[in-house]
Amino acid sequence: MASEGMPFPPSWREAPMGGAAYKPSTLLRTGTWRLGLKPVVDEEKCTGCGWCHIYCPDGAANLVDGKAKINYEYCKGCGICAEQCPAGAISMVKE
Amino acid sequence: MAVLEQKVVGMTGDEAVAYAIKQVEPDIVAAYPITPQTIIVERFSEYVADGLVKTEFVAVESEHSALSACVGAAATGARAFTATAAQGLALMWEILYIASSLRLPIVMAIVNRALSAPINIHADHSDTMGARDSGWIQLYCENSQEAYDTCIQAWRIAEHPEVRLPVMVCLDGFVLSHTLEDIRTLPDDAVKRFIGKPPEVRVKVEVPVEGGTEIVDAPYKLDPWAPVPLTMGTFAMYDCYFEYKRQQEEGMKAALRVIEEVGREYGELSGRYYGLVHPYRLEDADVAIVGVGSSMGTASVAVDELREEGYRVGLLRIRCFRPFPVDRVREALKNVKAVAVMDRAMSFGGPGGPLFMDMVAAFYGGAHRPLMANFIYGLGGRDISVADFKQVVKTVYGDLEAGAVREPMRYVGLRG
Repeated sequence: MASEGMPFPPSWREAPMGGAAYKPSTLLRTGTWRLGLKPVVDEEKCTGCGWCHIYCPDGAANLVDGKAKINYEYCKGCGICAEQCPAGAISMVKE
Repeated sequence: MAVLEQKVVGMTGDEAVAYAIKQVEPDIVAAYPITPQTIIVERFSEYVADGLVKTEFVAVESEHSALSACVGAAATGARAFTATAAQGLALMWEILYIASSLRLPIVMAIVNRALSAPINIHADHSDTMGARDSGWIQLYCENSQEAYDTCIQAWRIAEHPEVRLPVMVCLDGFVLSHTLEDIRTLPDDAVKRFIGKPPEVRVKVEVPVEGGTEIVDAPYKLDPWAPVPLTMGTFAMYDCYFEYKRQQEEGMKAALRVIEEVGREYGELSGRYYGLVHPYRLEDADVAIVGVGSSMGTASVAVDELREEGYRVGLLRIRCFRPFPVDRVREALKNVKAVAVMDRAMSFGGPGGPLFMDMVAAFYGGAHRPLMANFIYGLGGRDISVADFKQVVKTVYGDLEAGAVREPMRYVGLRG
């Protein structure tokens, strides 16, 4: 079975070099890995510095319209963004 | 095409590598110093500091980071170079496989050095022979001129659209890296013309469109602003991992052809021709010495002296160890009766050294099966002399007379 979002090569000859894909698998929504805590952004405090985006190991913290926005589909709830946010705008809350 | 006029410069092997890379002027060099490779990085960082190259020099905290930085850069389409030796290569291990599997045309000079322990900084091939299965092309140089020449050719090989594999340019520690040699150097513009721009490689990926998906052709590089931005090295399970590995093997097969083509073209430019294997006085030989690296120069002197003594002996230097040029090796040795396979590395517990195992495998399937004797030599930089090589050949003649290899693995220059 080919995974959704990953082109399954019908033959090894047609496999896209280096396992390249237009988008990563949508099957592996790593957001389901969170163990009860999620980061929540206080938009009032957020200065839009992008520090959370740089630190997020999963590319799940992004800037949207100048404010941090967490993609909960992929956020594993590690809490690094909350730890690193210089403005104290991200806190880990119970889901 | 007429051979270009070349400037002769006195350089060590390390300096020759740094000079070639200066002329190539890659986009980035990320490296960490380790003896006996250090001078490559030192010289190159001087070129950067003096403004002689536009290359970005990334001073990293380890070899693991050095190759990781090269992987990142090469994935965006940048030309990336690094250099290391022994322990440094060992620390890169994880990333070696990633570089080759992502089909990134990185060039890395390896100054061959023994692996610890006990700690040793001198030449043997334990480091790169251990990396033979990592998917990198491996070219072993006999002298520093060849190291210079190969550091230029390597880009054309690595970046060839049918190859797209990283290349290790291997030169023996100290014997080459720290020894002064007259190096004939090409003019800067000739090097630039020879390597050209990296050819664009495209991949077909599935892109969602209204009502389904379609297959789109996109340049194979990381570019978040591209119309079709790509992810590389995606999660691939049992349903497609195998296919990618099989595809990688095609790059190696193509490399056999491309290395010869590039070596020929480089020869037209420089007068120095390079192939996969370099035969010497093999035409009517009964016995052949086979090996890689700088000691093959010593072996060629032994061949000359033995010839004068009436021995019909020749030499086959393997320049390209990965991919292993089975056809060329068979062709070159089609008339010999016995082979002395010289290994400057061990495969502990194996049936022989790494080169020996490949040599035996190359001939086992064919009709012509010369006797194969394995000689381990030069570990940790132990010298091998002309007299040693002559003794090796005479031992193999003894095997021929006995009709069998009397000892499966012998050690040259070992006490006791």
